[in-house]
Amino acid sequence: MSKRITVDPITRIEGHLRIDVDVDGGKVNKAWSSGQMWRGVELILQGRDPRDAWTITQRICGVCTTVHAIASVRAVENALQLEVPLNAQYIRNLIILAHCVHDHIVHFYHLSALDWVDVTSALKADPDKTAVLAESLSSWNRNGKHEMRAVKERLAGFVNGGQLGIFTNGYWGHPAMKLPPEVNLLAVAHYLQALEVQRKANKIVSILGSKTPHIQNLAVGGVANPIATDSQSVLTVERLMAIKGWIDELSDFVKNVYLIDVAAVGAFYADWTKYGAGVTNYLSVPDLPLDTKGTQFALPGGYIEGGDVSKFKPITSFNDDFWGKGVEESVKHSWYEYGDKKPLHPYQGETKPNYTDFQDAGKYSWLKSPTFYGKPAQVGPLAHVLCMFAAGHEPTRKYATAALNTVSALAKTKVGIEALHSTIGRHAARAVRCAVMVDQLADQWGLLVNNIGKGDTKTFNQPVFPKGESMGVGFHEAPRGVLSHWVVIDNGKIKNYQCVVPSTWNACPKNEKDEMGPYEASLIGNPIADPEKPLEVLRTIHSFDPCIACAVHLTDTENEQNVSIKVV
Amino acid sequence: MKAVVLGVGNLILADEGVGVRVIEALERDYVMPPGVQVIDAGTSGMEMLDDMSHLDFLLVVDAIAAGKAPGELVQLRGDAVPVFFRRNLSPHGIGLSDVLASLEFLGAEPKETVILGVQPTSLDLSTELTPTIAARVPELVAQVVDELTQRGLAPTRK
Repeated sequence: MSKRITVDPITRIEGHLRIDVDVDGGKVNKAWSSGQMWRGVELILQGRDPRDAWTITQRICGVCTTVHAIASVRAVENALQLEVPLNAQYIRNLIILAHCVHDHIVHFYHLSALDWVDVTSALKADPDKTAVLAESLSSWNRNGKHEMRAVKERLAGFVNGGQLGIFTNGYWGHPAMKLPPEVNLLAVAHYLQALEVQRKANKIVSILGSKTPHIQNLAVGGVANPIATDSQSVLTVERLMAIKGWIDELSDFVKNVYLIDVAAVGAFYADWTKYGAGVTNYLSVPDLPLDTKGTQFALPGGYIEGGDVSKFKPITSFNDDFWGKGVEESVKHSWYEYGDKKPLHPYQGETKPNYTDFQDAGKYSWLKSPTFYGKPAQVGPLAHVLCMFAAGHEPTRKYATAALNTVSALAKTKVGIEALHSTIGRHAARAVRCAVMVDQLADQWGLLVNNIGKGDTKTFNQPVFPKGESMGVGFHEAPRGVLSHWVVIDNGKIKNYQCVVPSTWNACPKNEKDEMGPYEASLIGNPIADPEKPLEVLRTIHSFDPCIACAVHLTDTENEQNVSIKVV
Repeated sequence: MKAVVLGVGNLILADEGVGVRVIEALERDYVMPPGVQVIDAGTSGMEMLDDMSHLDFLLVVDAIAAGKAPGELVQLRGDAVPVFFRRNLSPHGIGLSDVLASLEFLGAEPKETVILGVQPTSLDLSTELTPTIAARVPELVAQVVDELTQRGLAPTRK
């Protein structure tokens, strides 16, 4: 007899996501992923000037402001076949990278580590032993005894004062929590340090983007950062040097703390390499353009079908038809209406709501269901890392191998790349990607400084809108995976606009052929130790770094936020 | 004395954006004294951590669903503040409340927090405030100026 568990909403994420699972014999055998808010930003954009779209789309979501801005200007530039000056590409790349490093660090330490780390157990740790363990794993200079003692003291004060605060929603003492007290304490220490270090990434975004959290410097055709090596108000040598300092600090933390913590958590939870693979068609796009046309990229991307990296097919430019023709969205199980029509390409996409109740076999989500050549695809750091690995990207291979070697040494068993197709593998891949990205920060910084040094200060090409209709797609390999904006422009005004966002790919309901989306498929077979406290569901869903606000949008601010877990 | 006036809300959901509109009006019409920062936080979260650390005074402006008549002004002080932050005040599960909780853990939380708001009329999809709420923006701006002035941080009119 199977039991139904509803978790509504999933906490520690942006937006409102409901997950339902049927559990039989202690394992999940059916799953539904439902976006509970409606998004209609596409409707707001119709009839507007395409040059303004990015300022509106960056308001869709509080976490992913810059990524929507980037995808939006790229879509309009693609429609106009407008080239973007090199300086503008490098400045955008730096913003993309700093935002991404920020996002990956915050996701692991502040939004998902609490699924694996038992904060209350850390109070039983011996700080001196914690320091010995930490120093055996890494050369990071803030792993010493004094640091660990101070953290334990602060945590004790916080918990004993009845002030669990950020830690309120954790499942403390859950049977699926397995880290020894010392590893838990180490994780709490790094949680605090991560709060400090993430600010450096944010400072880079705010200097280059002129403002944060909503950047001001983008423009269709480039960026609005005047470059002058001798002026106070613009991008100066002094500011560029400050940015370099923050890049170095981030690099130290990502390589000597984040990558190692993920490997350590992975080694203690090696059983979680067996759960959560789900959909193993992986889609990513190339990013960090190195030329004005978007035909060369620092990071490769593409498609892997059925988890077989030998079958990698690259996507090579902003104009690549293999990408542009492969995407469709179905609304068979979504609260929208397409009339009699089958799945639609985003250029033809429609946003007509049609709400029914939650119907297990019918419509049950505000998310549409995207496919790539008719198949569901997983997006995100794991997809990107596997694609870069398959494309022979050396830095990806280096950091993936290093992480897997650390896991193997700690778990005392050989752990290979196949372990990445899993819940814990998504965390490992995100850390590997973060290390790749932090190196790219230094590289792109060098490219920008070098190009300015050659006397090139151009940052903008004026867009010209032709009469009649033009279409374009802007894609971006965002922290949560492939993001694409699709725009149809008619006589200089937006005629249609569709955003196909990473969490739509991953959190989508079943598609036209009733195949499960990545969240749903990844839950099948997960063990559930205690149906009243379905920590395992949270682990798998959080491993995707869910962010539903842009996948859909809200209706409700009236109610107190109650997390209900209903077991039927 | 370090203070921040934080406008939160979503500009594409009609009255949800009122906090940000108040910030825009303040930036347009006033010069802030040293130590006072005016921030359009939109719907963001952890990015705000730096700006919100070690404040003497945090003044939040937002649309507040308090069950009042549309357009009614709401002020929250003292014990009402934590209740406000426990609520799902925007579509964003992680947002301001998590930033404040993190600041508490770091020992860097604001010494005093006041929330000024207005009961929204509509949270439908729109980039404009409804007329009822738009009419309240000047009063909210005046309240912000008052709160700052009472603490010796009087803004000057441009």
